[in-house]
Amino acid sequence: MSIMKRMSLIFRAKANKALDRAEDPRETLDYSYQRQLELLSNVRRGVADVATSRKRIELQLAQLEQQAGKLQGQAEKALQMDREDLAREALTRKSGLAGQIDDLKTQHAQLQGEEEKLVNAQQRLQAKVESFRTRKETIKATYTAAEAQTRINEAVSGIGEEMGDVGMAIQRAEDKTATMQARAGAIDELIASGALDDATSQGSGDDIARELESMSSQADVESELMRLKGLSSPGAPGAIEAGAGDTSDVVSSETPQSEGEQR
Amino acid sequence: MIIRVLGEGQYDVADHALDRLNELDSAVEAAVAASDEAAFGAALEALLDGVRTVGVPHDLDSLDESDLILPPPGASIDEVRAMLDDDGLIPG
Repeated sequence: MSIMKRMSLIFRAKANKALDRAEDPRETLDYSYQRQLELLSNVRRGVADVATSRKRIELQLAQLEQQAGKLQGQAEKALQMDREDLAREALTRKSGLAGQIDDLKTQHAQLQGEEEKLVNAQQRLQAKVESFRTRKETIKATYTAAEAQTRINEAVSGIGEEMGDVGMAIQRAEDKTATMQARAGAIDELIASGALDDATSQGSGDDIARELESMSSQADVESELMRLKGLSSPGAPGAIEAGAGDTSDVVSSETPQSEGEQR
Repeated sequence: MIIRVLGEGQYDVADHALDRLNELDSAVEAAVAASDEAAFGAALEALLDGVRTVGVPHDLDSLDESDLILPPPGASIDEVRAMLDDDGLIPG
């Protein structure tokens, strides 16, 4: 039982070391209570910090998923236009994003875990602080300083253990959050620099969007032309959806119809 | 007796369940001694599960000290070593 025993001994030693501060033992009660309230507000702040980090990651996830969706859409459009090369490029970029998305999801789950732990720690400490406050008033009202010493020691070291535990939980959460914030900062920079946007909006990635755009505008022009020639007014929206690769089919399938009209 | 799992809270554990927990604790101790992180993770998880299984949660608002204290779930060997050495366990 050595791990358990050693930990218990160390915890108790530290709780006791933190204990003997005041001349009048009853002042120890107030002093400890003060520290409990400070710790409670620390743990609340810890919960808020972790929640902020979690929300930041959620925001980033939404951005990256939106990008991935855009690339998926581009790949589909490119395939419809018989441009497998463009579709491949879009899907390659999308799979690059997928790695980052998975990574963020893992971080998100970890932060959620930390947040849950801190919320639980806060509830446990809250209950004990409340209980300590009642005990403190009873001890002060009922016992002389000498008699109170033992009871004060009991109460203070009992809650001291919880405080040590909660203090550690905050520390662990802070450490994890700090690591993740650094990585989140890197992703924010990446997003801000446009490196991830490239595929859909600016810079080198513009090519897919630009080519698709010029191709679909060509298709638009063709269908508009046909509409003006009175060949295919009912098929126009479908022609865009079917894509450029199908243009000839659209024309040929509609030719008999127009021939029919001409007859 | 009362056993605290750090980061999780206190459990009341019947004395007769301690033999089994002692066995599980020996495995943890051996893993720390061998610096075997994988074995440590599994052994610690087994020990904590043992405490959760045989124990019942201690009253939330009690101010009782624990008889025994265990590392938090998911702790690494280094973290446990730091807890045993470090001065920072109790704030202040």
